[in-house]
Amino acid sequence: MNVIILLLICSLLVAAGFLFAFIWNVRDGQYEDSFSPANRILFDDTLDEPK
Amino acid sequence: MSTGVRHSTTCYHCGDTCVTQVLENDKTFCCTGCRSVYNLLNQSGLCMYYDMNAHPGITRADPERQDKFAYLDNPDIVRQLVQFSDAQQTHITLYLPQIHCSSCLYLLEHLHKLQSGVVTSKINFTRKEIFIVFNHGQVSLRRVVELLTSLGYEPHISLHSKTGNRQGIARDKIYKVGVAGFCFANIMLLSFPDYFSTNSYMEENLRVLFQYLCLGLALPVLFYSATEFYVSAWGGIKNRYLNIDIPVVLAVWITFARSLYEMFWQHGPGYFDSMSGIIFFMLIGRIAQDKTHQYLSFERDYTSFFPIAVNKLFGQSFKPVPVEQVKEGDVIQLFSNELVPVDAMLSKGEASIDYSFVSGESVPVQKEVGELIYAGGKQLGGRIELLVVKPMEQSYLTNLWNKSNYTEKDTSNRFIDTLSKYFTVLILGLGLSALVYWALRGQAGTGIHALTTVLIVACPCTLLLASSFTYGNMIRILARNKLYIRHPGILEKFNTVTALVFDKTGTLTHNRDMQVSFVGPDPTPEQKRAIVSLAAQSKHPYSQAILAYWHDVAPVRLQHFKDIVGKGLEAWHEDHYIKLGSAAFFNQPGLERQSIVFAGIDNVVIGQFVLSNVYRDGFARVFRSLGQKFKQYILSGDTESEKQFLQTTLGNGVALNFNQRPDDKLAFIKGLQQGGETVMMIGDGLNDAGALKQSDIGIAVTENNNNFTPACDAILEAGTFHKLPLYFRFARYGKAVIVLSFTFSVIYNVIGLYFALQGSLSPLVAAILMPCSSISIITLTFGLSQLSAWRLKL
Repeated sequence: MNVIILLLICSLLVAAGFLFAFIWNVRDGQYEDSFSPANRILFDDTLDEPK
Repeated sequence: MSTGVRHSTTCYHCGDTCVTQVLENDKTFCCTGCRSVYNLLNQSGLCMYYDMNAHPGITRADPERQDKFAYLDNPDIVRQLVQFSDAQQTHITLYLPQIHCSSCLYLLEHLHKLQSGVVTSKINFTRKEIFIVFNHGQVSLRRVVELLTSLGYEPHISLHSKTGNRQGIARDKIYKVGVAGFCFANIMLLSFPDYFSTNSYMEENLRVLFQYLCLGLALPVLFYSATEFYVSAWGGIKNRYLNIDIPVVLAVWITFARSLYEMFWQHGPGYFDSMSGIIFFMLIGRIAQDKTHQYLSFERDYTSFFPIAVNKLFGQSFKPVPVEQVKEGDVIQLFSNELVPVDAMLSKGEASIDYSFVSGESVPVQKEVGELIYAGGKQLGGRIELLVVKPMEQSYLTNLWNKSNYTEKDTSNRFIDTLSKYFTVLILGLGLSALVYWALRGQAGTGIHALTTVLIVACPCTLLLASSFTYGNMIRILARNKLYIRHPGILEKFNTVTALVFDKTGTLTHNRDMQVSFVGPDPTPEQKRAIVSLAAQSKHPYSQAILAYWHDVAPVRLQHFKDIVGKGLEAWHEDHYIKLGSAAFFNQPGLERQSIVFAGIDNVVIGQFVLSNVYRDGFARVFRSLGQKFKQYILSGDTESEKQFLQTTLGNGVALNFNQRPDDKLAFIKGLQQGGETVMMIGDGLNDAGALKQSDIGIAVTENNNNFTPACDAILEAGTFHKLPLYFRFARYGKAVIVLSFTFSVIYNVIGLYFALQGSLSPLVAAILMPCSSISIITLTFGLSQLSAWRLKL
């Protein structure tokens, strides 16, 4: 049953990883613009290189 | 086949009606500008622009000056504007307020196809910004900006680098919620063993470990996420003011202390989950409120505009445009007594500016050609032309307007303030008495329970929010209907009005389509020119009518122009003294039958203009429906010529007063107020500024002009004058919505407290109820006010 200590540590680390990712996302401004990414994927021509 | 049908097509690019049709590829455009944009996109294979949205373009009917962006050749200026520049590339972020749909997104992110040298471009739609990377060796910043302008997306370049708070809920609130949520969820998970505890299930060591982990997770919540509330509560205490965050802070710390006690002395489960839950849910509620406030103020500052218009130069002639469409480099024309809506440079005419709106200084300032005139000043001289230096800042004018009138007419917030003060005291009292009660009965545990839940559950925020959200949303809806209200308290006052006072000329009557005829000996061309020049200085409906009547005469510059309020205009032209005005101005006996403007040169009356009034459509209906609830009065500076007509049209319910000078109007309103009436005055701001200020609510009616006076509480666009009864009904609905929300809030509090006092409400459930009540109030107020608007077809 003491293995639960190990499990606890692992799960908390994973969860902390997610928290870190969340804070990173918000800092990077990923959630600032909710309109553009959704529409961007609908554009037809793909990967045209600039002249 | 009917012959009278006119086939009007709309421009393929911008959607405007095509007056003159320009054709290409069997598509119709309204002008060559729009067609050129289409051609440009077609050649670069970007026609998906048109596939994604109908008429996505911005009208190109207004040609830009060639050298408008010449200043971008200056390397110093470029350095100020760009974010980054190395040997090859330059990065810049530009604000494009015209971005409005996915087609814009498509086009602007494919700039590299239209212009070689542009590497990439990326849009932030919410902020309406474009981030461009380009090779400055291949293409200059000026060329990039000109390209954007030619597509219809002229960047708003401000050298004062005010990026403005156009969005963004404070990031740190989001971090706090994130941390609180993380800790809360994990604490709950770690508390599972305690929830389901039977003695033999867990070893003692493990249980202790779990408890310490919970404690550890609770600390970031307590010391980081809850700082919001500490700051606010401390601010309240310092000002000897019990605000609503104090019970919350108390509840949190009592729970924490109790959990510590339980953990170390009783070896029982803590309440860390409840504590972190309280903070997590409260933060969610706060964010919801902040977002709503932000949405309402964004709308107010950037979307719903003053319904005022200025004359803008299009090619050779002036046409009125809504003031928010005025851009840098435009030439606008201002008449006497009009407000300068934007920072601009004087280019023609004599300017005498009254800055009392901005600085309180009422001594007018004389300005020379080439000098800068700041927004908010009022032109006292004659007609002038200005070159716009900065585009309109709605928020600046709204702030000035609010600031100028703050002290006098605001009473609404006081009720809410006292209420919240007493509320907090009441709640603290209730909580403490519950604690004492249960302690005396020997169940101290239940007592603490009751105290904490009472402190959490009681939510005065609904009382505070209901009013501000409802009126905020209603103001937004009314602004869409071209009634722009200074601030929410005014809307509340709508429900207390008992008497309506209307000005006649310009308010009830049109500024257009007036019938004019000249009575007197035929004037010489010189005399005609003098009179027309004088009339051209003012936006008064009679002046404009005279101008239209003798439209074939070109006005000339005059000297020493003066607009004497309520009487007339005077000026000098080549040593001749010219006057236009009412009978009283000329010391003539007033003729009873028509509206007459006398014209005089060198103190000799050369004739009279006889004007007929054209009343607004449906104005009689407005009076009839309003007459059922309000006392109505008409005050006019005119003679009694219209008395018959008005009496027959409006019946005897409306009291008519003529020959009112501005002082008379002011005195009349004072008299009504002394008689106990709450007065709403509706005028055109030209010669009733004093009366507008004196009345409890003053509404200025505008029509393609800019007679904005800071004395007014609301601006109504003339076209929607007939909706006045609807606005009153809307205000009544608003009151009903607030009463409903209050009732809902009271019921919620009573039920919550009932359970809390008994100690049977778990703190966690209480914590969840908090944002639920905030969110339900938001939904209730917004939903009901939208519903009322929909019912009234607003």
